[in-house]
Amino acid sequence: MTKIKSNVAVSESGFVFNPITGESYSVNPVAAEIFNMLKENKSFDEIEKELLEKYQVDAETLEKDFNDFISMLKQYQIIDENNEKEV
Amino acid sequence: MKKKYNIAVSGLNAIDSPGPGVAVIRALREAASFDVRIIGLAYESLEPGIYMHDLVDKTYHVPYPTTGIENLFKRLEHISSIEKIDMIIPNFDAELYSFIKLEKRLKEIGMHTFLPTMKQFEERHKHNLPEFGKKYDLHVPRSEPIYTVNDLYRLPEGIEYPLVVKGKYYDASIVYNSEQAKSAFNKISAKWGLPIIIQEFVHGTEYNVTGLGDGKGNTISAVPMRKQYITDKGKAWGGISIADKKMLELTDKFISQTKWRGGFELELMKDKKNDFYILEINPRIPAWVYLAVGVGQNIPEALVNLAMGEKVEPYKTYDIGKMFIRYAYDMIVDIKEFEQISTYGEL
Repeated sequence: MTKIKSNVAVSESGFVFNPITGESYSVNPVAAEIFNMLKENKSFDEIEKELLEKYQVDAETLEKDFNDFISMLKQYQIIDENNEKEV
Repeated sequence: MKKKYNIAVSGLNAIDSPGPGVAVIRALREAASFDVRIIGLAYESLEPGIYMHDLVDKTYHVPYPTTGIENLFKRLEHISSIEKIDMIIPNFDAELYSFIKLEKRLKEIGMHTFLPTMKQFEERHKHNLPEFGKKYDLHVPRSEPIYTVNDLYRLPEGIEYPLVVKGKYYDASIVYNSEQAKSAFNKISAKWGLPIIIQEFVHGTEYNVTGLGDGKGNTISAVPMRKQYITDKGKAWGGISIADKKMLELTDKFISQTKWRGGFELELMKDKKNDFYILEINPRIPAWVYLAVGVGQNIPEALVNLAMGEKVEPYKTYDIGKMFIRYAYDMIVDIKEFEQISTYGEL
C-alpha cells in the first residue's frame, strides 16, 4: 500500500516539506487533495471513487495521472514503498 | 546575578566566505547563563566585525599564525593584561594548531579554551581522513594527499575522474580530467600550500551537522542542516534545520568514538542509497552556527560553560524546518576608525 512518510505534510497552500531531507515542493490543489487522502491511508480505489465523483475526468486519465504523481513522490522519497521502515 | 565573562573571539571576517566570529558573538550575547564583554581578535584591518560596535566591545590585531606561536602568545598576554580575558574562542582552521599548543600557557594567564586535543585535531585532517574512517568505523570517501602535479598521473586505486581537489585548510574544486586537476592543484596549492588532497567524488546531496562534544564522549549539541542556497565558493547562504535520525546517530558515533572536545562541523554527503559519507570534519564552530541558536541549541554558550567548568546539560531537542538566510550589509565607517585599528592595532 502506498503510504506517505508520517512526518511529511502538505499545507493548505500546497506546500510540502520533507523534514528528513530538508526538501520542499509545491503541489497543485488536486495533488494536495490526493496527498491528504494518501496520508489518511486511503486506497487507490477509494481515492479514484472520490475524485471521479468530484471532477470531470475519465478513469483512465485519472489512473495515469495518479500513477505519475506516485512515481514523483517515490522519486522525491516522500512515500514509504511497501511501508518500508522510515529513516 | 549573572556572571560576566570577557571573551575573545576571532574570525570577524564576515565576508562572502565568512568566518564564524560574528555568529559566535551573536550567540554569546544571547546567552541566558552569563553576560559578556567581547574582545575581537582580527588579522586584517578590514574584517567587518571590528566595526560592529554593538557586537564587539574592543578589537585587537593579532599576528598571523605563520609568524609563530611565541608571537601570538606575547600578543595575547599583552591583550590579557589590559582586558583580563576569561576565555578565547578561535574560529579559523589555520589558527587552531597554535591555540591548541598554547592551551596550558593560556590557562596559566587565566584564559580558558575548549578545543579538540592535538590528537583529535591531527587525526581528522583531510589528508588523514581514510585512516580516521577506518579507526573509528566511519564512512569516508577514498582520498589521498599528493605533493606534486605528477602525482595526478598516478591516481590511487578507486579514485577516478571526476574527483575533488582540496586544499589543506580551504578550497575545493570538482575536476573532470587531468588538465583541470593540474590547474586546480596549482591554484589551491599557491594559496594554501601542500599537501593537496584528491578525494573520490561522491554523487549526492550535501548536508552539514554542527555540534559540541564534552571531551568525554557525550554529545552536548547536534543540529543537522541542509544547504539551500550555495555561493560560488560552496558556502551556505541559506539553510534549513532537518530531522534526519541517521545524521544524528552518525554524529553521536563520531563524538563517542573520538571523545571529541569542542565545537565542530561535519560535512556529509548522502548518496543515492541514503548512505552518509563524512567529507570533512571541521574542528571548530561553523559560520552558520546561529541557526543552531535559532532552533534552540546555543552551542557557543554551552562551549563557554564547559570551558568554565560549569555543569552543562545536553540539548535534546531543536526546531525542525527553521531556516537561516544570510545577507550582506554595508556599514558606513569613518576613516578614523580604520586609521585607529591600522595604526595602533586596536579599536
